[in-house]
Amino acid sequence: MSAVLNFLIRRREAGIFVMIVLFCLFVGVQKPQFLTLDSLRIVLLLTPLIMIGAMGQMMVIVARHVDLSIGSILGLSAMVSGMMFRYMPDMPWFLCFPLSIGTGMLLGFVNGLLITTFRLPAIIVTLGTLNLYRGLTFIISNAKQIDRQYVPSILKSMSQPSPTLAVPLIIFLSFAIAVATYWFLMHTRIGRQIFALGSNPVAAPLRGINVTQVTLLVFTLSGALSGLAGIMYASRWGFVNPSNTGAGFEFQVIAAVVIGGVSINGGVGTVLGTVLGVLLLGCVGAALPLLGIPGTTQNAIYGSVILVALLIDRLVRAQGNRGVTQRAGASS
Amino acid sequence: MTDTTATPREAAAVRPLWHVVLVRPETMTFVLLILGIFIGSQISPYFLDVAYILKSFTLYAEFGMVALVLTMVIIAGEIDLSPAANMALSAAIFAFAQANGVPMPLAILIGLGAGVLMGVFNAFMVIALQIPSIIVTIGTLTAYRGLAQVLAGDQSIRVPEWYIGIDKVMVLGIPLPVVIFIILSIVLGLVLGLTVFGRQIYLIGTNEVSARYAGVRAKRIKAALFILMGFMSAVAGLMTASRLGSVRYDLGLGGELQMVLMAMLGGTYIFGGRGTILGTFLAAWLLVIVSTGMIVANWLPATQLCVLGVLLIVSIIATNFIYSRTQR
Repeated sequence: MSAVLNFLIRRREAGIFVMIVLFCLFVGVQKPQFLTLDSLRIVLLLTPLIMIGAMGQMMVIVARHVDLSIGSILGLSAMVSGMMFRYMPDMPWFLCFPLSIGTGMLLGFVNGLLITTFRLPAIIVTLGTLNLYRGLTFIISNAKQIDRQYVPSILKSMSQPSPTLAVPLIIFLSFAIAVATYWFLMHTRIGRQIFALGSNPVAAPLRGINVTQVTLLVFTLSGALSGLAGIMYASRWGFVNPSNTGAGFEFQVIAAVVIGGVSINGGVGTVLGTVLGVLLLGCVGAALPLLGIPGTTQNAIYGSVILVALLIDRLVRAQGNRGVTQRAGASS
Repeated sequence: MTDTTATPREAAAVRPLWHVVLVRPETMTFVLLILGIFIGSQISPYFLDVAYILKSFTLYAEFGMVALVLTMVIIAGEIDLSPAANMALSAAIFAFAQANGVPMPLAILIGLGAGVLMGVFNAFMVIALQIPSIIVTIGTLTAYRGLAQVLAGDQSIRVPEWYIGIDKVMVLGIPLPVVIFIILSIVLGLVLGLTVFGRQIYLIGTNEVSARYAGVRAKRIKAALFILMGFMSAVAGLMTASRLGSVRYDLGLGGELQMVLMAMLGGTYIFGGRGTILGTFLAAWLLVIVSTGMIVANWLPATQLCVLGVLLIVSIIATNFIYSRTQR
């Protein structure tokens, strides 16, 4: 029994997978309609935004930083595209992709620049830019919402089940991003450098890793992905609101990332784990209305998820250390 | 190489006394404060009216009280982002209890106790389990605010008529929250500056390992600071409830920015070991002047948010710069 438990804790992905299955069975016993394809679709529709954000946040946390500003970056870059839809309807709609992703990149780059140039802790910088970017969103939009009629229907249709694929396009897109992140982190030199930097920030520069470059890159990527998530938001909900769009996004994403087994001490994390973490949050989100639990509990759940994930992370570290000391004891 | 005593550090010239006294972040805060009052008085004559400033300060006194304790937490090398959420949850628990027939004194005690418990939980996660305080308090920030939302729903819970209006109570012509803030500043300033306990906090923040070797009970002191933080947040939450007359789950929403900003503007070093209560005290007044100035100048709330965000980043850059130049 303890061997099974040990395996589940060591192979975090397996552990989360079991958690998802147990959770679905638990809900399915009470509400059988939860175990249908229809609710799978609901689960998947809840996840693309968090998935895209989580890929960026995962890289940031692996590099031993944290990015609190992603919700505001999402809001601001969605608003930039929304403004284009509203005031320049003649422009081709797909320009929103370079526009929003570019905005996100720029904002993320500013975060990275402040952190690397002045050697400031990411948490304080992104707490500042969280408010700065949110304020800018209000200023550029004049505090007006971009309503449904302005968002191009072709963009909105990306979140509807497409006739050929039966699954909304944005779900494919979010999984494609996850695959690309996997390739980037596991099979490129700079991807491995992110892990090296997070595992040991002191040793990384001694191994010839350009810390400034890598740090700038993870924050820029996190910003770019949040920008893409901004378009997904406009596609999914059909509007962009200066105060609501992306508010609290950072907490959902951090919850998904830490439950997915990305260690807050840096250097440890897998794309598969993060994807499963996102799916677990999606299942919880889809199950709440079915179980008759009011939406006001959502934040409490995200918060508890983060705390539980931290406890598990701590447990894993304790196990790992014990393994090391046991081995050391055996050899002596 | 034979003479190891004359390292370059020791060979550096001794800084003149005026340099030590004047070139420090608190001086910057003080100069900015004077500048703020001057600019403010150009915008509106209200800024020279002490009563008006004191009245404006009641809006920030609660955050200011928490920021004083936060300063000590940051000096000890940790951070706490959860106090604003703690304020909301302890106020919600208090309001919920009294709305369900619990007698007022008991309800107040329950609210304060809840705040202390939240502090204990933070301390348990950070000190007993050794999880970084940054991420723990991001988690508890979400969880506490979420629980407040569960408890209060979308409604606002009224508090009894006699409990409302702590900011209208005057002591010698000064609103009560401001008096509490000033007394607290003096007490905490003395504790941090003059007592062994206070000096040990600096030592922990400068080098925790050497502090432990020097016999400082670092874990115990840090735990005490987190619990004090929880208690102070609850007091602030209950005072805010009295000022607003009702409790909603979004009480003090985003307050962590203001609190961290007060500590940073006051020259607290984000990596620990440096900073003073005097700095945070001055920074609280500076923030009130700046915020009130922006309101009087009719700036949009969004612009004010931007300014506060920029101010936070600029203040840590400036503080780090001053420390890097003066206290190597």
